[in-house]
Amino acid sequence: METGKNQSLFNGRPIKILLAKPGIDGHDRGILVLAKAFRDAGMEVIYVGLLPTPEEVVDTAVNEDVDVIALSLLNGAHMTVFKKVADLMKARNINDIAVVGGGTIPEADKPKLEKMGISGNYGPGTPISKIVEHITERAAEMRKLKSMEE
Amino acid sequence: MEKMESYWSLKYRQLKDQNHSPNSDYDEWAENTLIPWNRKTGFKEKEFTNSSNIPIKEVYNSKDIPENTEEQLLGLPGRYPFTRGIYPNMYRGRLWTMRMFSGFGTPEDTNKRLKYLIKHGESGLSIAFDMPTLYAYDCDNPRADGEIGKCGVNVSSLKDMEVIFKGIDLSKVSTSMTINAPAAILTAMYIAIGKKQGVPLDQLAGTVQADILKEYIAQKEWIYPPEAHLRIIRDMMVYCTENTPKWNYISISGYHIREAGASAVQELAFTLADGFYYVEMGIKAGLDVDDFAPRLSFFFNSSINFFEEIAKLRAARRIWARVLKEKYGAKKDRTLLLRFHTQTSGYTLTWQQPLNNVIRTTIEALAAVLGGTQSLHTNSYDEAWALPSEEAVKIALRTQQIIAEETGVIDTADPLGGSYYVEWLTNKMEEEAFRYFDQIEKMGGILEAVKAGYLQKEIAATSYRRQIRLEEGKEIMVGVNKHNEEGEEPINILRISKKAQKNQLDRLNEVKSSRDEEKVRKTLEDLETAMRKEDVNTMPFILRAVEEYATLEEISNVGRKVFGNWKEPVIV
Repeated sequence: METGKNQSLFNGRPIKILLAKPGIDGHDRGILVLAKAFRDAGMEVIYVGLLPTPEEVVDTAVNEDVDVIALSLLNGAHMTVFKKVADLMKARNINDIAVVGGGTIPEADKPKLEKMGISGNYGPGTPISKIVEHITERAAEMRKLKSMEE
Repeated sequence: MEKMESYWSLKYRQLKDQNHSPNSDYDEWAENTLIPWNRKTGFKEKEFTNSSNIPIKEVYNSKDIPENTEEQLLGLPGRYPFTRGIYPNMYRGRLWTMRMFSGFGTPEDTNKRLKYLIKHGESGLSIAFDMPTLYAYDCDNPRADGEIGKCGVNVSSLKDMEVIFKGIDLSKVSTSMTINAPAAILTAMYIAIGKKQGVPLDQLAGTVQADILKEYIAQKEWIYPPEAHLRIIRDMMVYCTENTPKWNYISISGYHIREAGASAVQELAFTLADGFYYVEMGIKAGLDVDDFAPRLSFFFNSSINFFEEIAKLRAARRIWARVLKEKYGAKKDRTLLLRFHTQTSGYTLTWQQPLNNVIRTTIEALAAVLGGTQSLHTNSYDEAWALPSEEAVKIALRTQQIIAEETGVIDTADPLGGSYYVEWLTNKMEEEAFRYFDQIEKMGGILEAVKAGYLQKEIAATSYRRQIRLEEGKEIMVGVNKHNEEGEEPINILRISKKAQKNQLDRLNEVKSSRDEEKVRKTLEDLETAMRKEDVNTMPFILRAVEEYATLEEISNVGRKVFGNWKEPVIV
């Protein structure tokens, strides 16, 4: 796994990531490719399958103690559905799980998503290495937080 | 006793033999001309393969195709096995239908768009539905929040369909509806509107997709487990064969299989395998194959590897004709014709340098035409970003008009017929498709293979392979991993107004307050009783519920109660 300078944070325990397509959207080519790619990059991947509700996504993330939730939508509903996940995280006071997004997200929506705490928001054609790098950074932040909590 | 070899296995073996003949001319040429040339020019050997991972040689000659090619494998257009086209004079007599998929936002928006397209010379209507409609959730379901009108038009009840077709005479148009899990309900709505307009049922022309197998394989938009959906499709097949002879009740779709990441061969094989399943289903339901199979139509993708796509489409026609004749005993020529719609690939469009997509779409559209398509949708250049703007749709339609009216490609049928490369590739695609048919049969048939996740895993593997090749620069997407530019400005895209959701909610409330609740309850009860008896045709019961303005979700909830839900097998 290429975790670079953050290697020490991941010692013994790979990045654990939950992949989800919340909302009603069956376009899963991208998320299946990423699931394989993340696994190849040494992460522990949990793919919750299609059609989970935002509640199911957050519940699973907490139960599985993941570092990162990765959300994908290609149906244009990200501003509603991603927000629901972000709102739930806030309502439950969860700070040590990062949320990243991806899919067909117009440029103008990206700053708004960032403000909700959803980073990345990469579109089609993004090199996997760039996505892995971003997730590794976010996961490292989370591990730092967790180590401070302990 | 040894088990008898299956039809698929036998054919696969024959095709392998047919396609593996030695080619001494090539070998001699490679040794004495090619290799010295490569050495002299310093050409570094590298592998050339297409999306189906079939290696391509430097050149093809007559030794690469069987001697009996013309008599046995090709024939002439309009003649068995229809490799060269389904009509004798092809586009001279009948140009492909320029069928642009549309539908977004509210039914009012879609009605306006349809009328716009009719005015600009489009000859067939095609409607896209939004996600809640495709999964049969009404617009007031919490799951539908934020999704109304995003990927297509929203329909919660017959009232919405009435608005979509307001002022459009159903006896004068043919309508293709891209709807699968709830296809029987949308068909019933279309019939209900036809009845209200006074159009005789036998004049209602159009297509619903209703190819549920590919939903489990690729697009993943289902409501119930596979067996339940297949039973309702069977009911629709039987009902429509008897009542609406111009209604094509299944459009067997490779498009979504391809978009989900499949190769051209996987698209070809899985789509035809689905088709064979529906044929067997109709025969089992007591229909004569010559009565119903002519209503099955196909829907293919046209992607960017030009000759591979053309070969795929030619192979598809030949395989269908041969299997229908040899295995399913079809007697009429009409039954053997594989008629298909094509859409250019969405997967190949980039959101980087989006105007380049006009070029990609043009090449893909040309492949579809040279492959002999009956109708065509060309994607708009802005579709990697969002639903297309009106301007972009117009350019996409003009692309087809230029191909049809300026280039001369329509002058003669199957202009690439006889090309060594195209014929070799067509044979190879056919062989590879039979390899899959054989494999699927060995797994217990397509339904079992789908339930085991086999096809889904095959597609995911191809899709991953391509991604890795892109990352390694072995495959190129201009503007993405080569010739890319920094700091591109976003283009103007279509935004769906939030008003769509409110508009739909208001109409749904109005429907619910003005209908006869008692009648609705009764029709839904009757539908439940019908659903619980396997041998009862549910279609008339669905139609009655629709006509009483029972909503899409209410009708589907009856099925959800009777059949339950579906959780897909693990793919990754």
